[in-house]
Amino acid sequence: MKALQRIFAIFLKELRQLRRDRLTFGMIVVLPVVQLLLFGYAINNDPRHIQAAVADLSATAASRQYVMDLSQSQVIDIIAQADSAEELEDMMRKGQISVGIFVPEDFERRLQQPDRAAVQMLLDGSDTVVQGAISRLGQSSRLSPYYDQPGKVEMRTFYNPERRSAVNTVPGLIGIILTMTMTLFTAVAIVRERERGNLELLITTPVGIPELMLAKILPYILIGLLQVSLVLLLGHWLFQVPLRGSLWDVYQVSLLFIIANLAMGLMISTIARNQFQAMQLTMFILLPSILLSGFMFPFAGMPKLAQWIAEILPMTHFMRLIRGVVLRGADLSDLTREMLILGGFIVLAMSFAILRFKKRLD
Amino acid sequence: MRQLQASDSIAMNATAIKVRGLSKSFGPVNAVVNLDLQVPRSTIYGFLGPNGSGKSTTIRMLCGLIIPTAGEIEVLGYAIPEQAEELRRKVGYMTQKFSLYEDLTAQQNLDFIAGIYNLSRSHKKRRIHEVTERFGLAHFLSQLTGSLSGGQKQRLALAAATLHEPELLFLDEPTSAVDPENRRAFWETLFDLVSEGTTILVSTHYMDEAERCHELAILDQGILVAQGSPEQLTRDIAAQVLLVIADQPRRVSKVLEAASFVHSTAQIGNSLRVLVDKHLAEPEKAVNQLIANAGFNPVQCRLSSASLEDVFVAATQARKLARNKRP
Repeated sequence: MKALQRIFAIFLKELRQLRRDRLTFGMIVVLPVVQLLLFGYAINNDPRHIQAAVADLSATAASRQYVMDLSQSQVIDIIAQADSAEELEDMMRKGQISVGIFVPEDFERRLQQPDRAAVQMLLDGSDTVVQGAISRLGQSSRLSPYYDQPGKVEMRTFYNPERRSAVNTVPGLIGIILTMTMTLFTAVAIVRERERGNLELLITTPVGIPELMLAKILPYILIGLLQVSLVLLLGHWLFQVPLRGSLWDVYQVSLLFIIANLAMGLMISTIARNQFQAMQLTMFILLPSILLSGFMFPFAGMPKLAQWIAEILPMTHFMRLIRGVVLRGADLSDLTREMLILGGFIVLAMSFAILRFKKRLD
Repeated sequence: MRQLQASDSIAMNATAIKVRGLSKSFGPVNAVVNLDLQVPRSTIYGFLGPNGSGKSTTIRMLCGLIIPTAGEIEVLGYAIPEQAEELRRKVGYMTQKFSLYEDLTAQQNLDFIAGIYNLSRSHKKRRIHEVTERFGLAHFLSQLTGSLSGGQKQRLALAAATLHEPELLFLDEPTSAVDPENRRAFWETLFDLVSEGTTILVSTHYMDEAERCHELAILDQGILVAQGSPEQLTRDIAAQVLLVIADQPRRVSKVLEAASFVHSTAQIGNSLRVLVDKHLAEPEKAVNQLIANAGFNPVQCRLSSASLEDVFVAATQARKLARNKRP
């Protein structure tokens, strides 16, 4: 009975302490709700509305009918027309489309010849889920309702023809690792100084706030670049992940992303009151970064709301950049939009952190 | 240029800190209420008061770390908090809680502080050597700061706070984790600093430390209840001090405290230190009368000179009495 009383005393104390820690209390409710929504909406191994472009050189009633049939499946959205196979490839390298449908000039004649492919589908293999969905679409599409022959569709998979998942996972993993470590390091770095009382001394010295922030993130930039090198090297040795773009581009993209995450960490550090809260907030960012960025599930398959949330996360833009450079060999000039968004994120997050951080105690 | 202007204004002005009508509220709590202060240069000025009396809050406001609710502050000629950044290089601040990095060595901490204050290489080397000598840091410079003793940490903290040779030093309860011997040595170094022209503002709740200050402000619940040199304060105490030797001091003190002219009693061994109204005539007689009426044996009773603790008790007690006796 006495033990019970003691247990109850501790139980009550825990509840009371929990009530005081508002952020933790909020997380108890918010985390499960957000997780449920994220998983529920994001997990979609049967993606729809994959972006596609068509180069219809035959331009006949039959070819138009075929393309219309494809788009009515809702698996693909045709967002552009092209004039040649090269143009389709170019759009794919830039990450504008995941599928290119090439209808040759002699489409109708080829339909009569069962041994020749009447249509060619070019598809981006850097996401294996998308790759699978398009393959199924290609096989099931009836080439023509007007002809008895089934006709043939030729699939040309770019960038990861063997459908090895390591190839598209490893570059994305760089992003996950950086999000986790970089954000947490800086988030905790300032909160720890506040907790230990170092900050009270620091803010009575002539140190400026931008100086303090910059100095705090500099060492972690180096650590981040080290992590990038490590994952790239191991990915190359152990999983034969190719590097199709330039190494220099990989580092530029990674540097931008590292700084974005460090800035986010600083932002968190001005909100969180203790290290535990800083860790919780980091988890809060990490989870959608894993689920919504396109790392785990194809971006195209997610509902609009999830896509909007994803657009806010630096990880989503980094995924597009790193897959573009590493797997598709894209040039940075093809991906300026994503670079600009990351840059904008850095400016906003740093300004937020600097404005929120006061050289005061109240 | 900026330095020149600042030193000019100080030369014209023998007051290091001027405070008028300073108040600070945290929600419904009034931490500091309508405080007026004048701290002369090259002195040790003490804030004496119990925990929660507003000592730390006042020091933090003087540093510009907390924005006052009302009032004016001028420190070394700078208006605070507006010109807090300009002031930073001229003041040193030793926080109540040890605030150097415990996961660095003592030497690394000093290097860090020197870097923050932009000391040049040669200047830094000279200053670190000087503070090492002055505060006796030599034998633990290469030790991890977290493993130092309370006294060593405190010496290191003072060394760090004075590394950039500040004109004004804020010490917030600097000796709370230090044994008496180290405290003595610590105060000797404070007087060294003052003789070199430094002004020191120190908060404490130790009476022996307060006695060493040139001037004192006694704070109680955010209100300045007495101000002056320790000699002035003990001379002008608003009470008479009686030493009462009784057989049953506990019970006698209960009887005395019930009387309206008694401010307070404090037991010291078998005797009682009793503060009574300043204007009470023949206090020995009055006290003996009280005790006899309560049926106790007659006691030895004589007037005594006031200590700083008596001043403190009288000053804080006077406010309580005034509050309680108000209808």
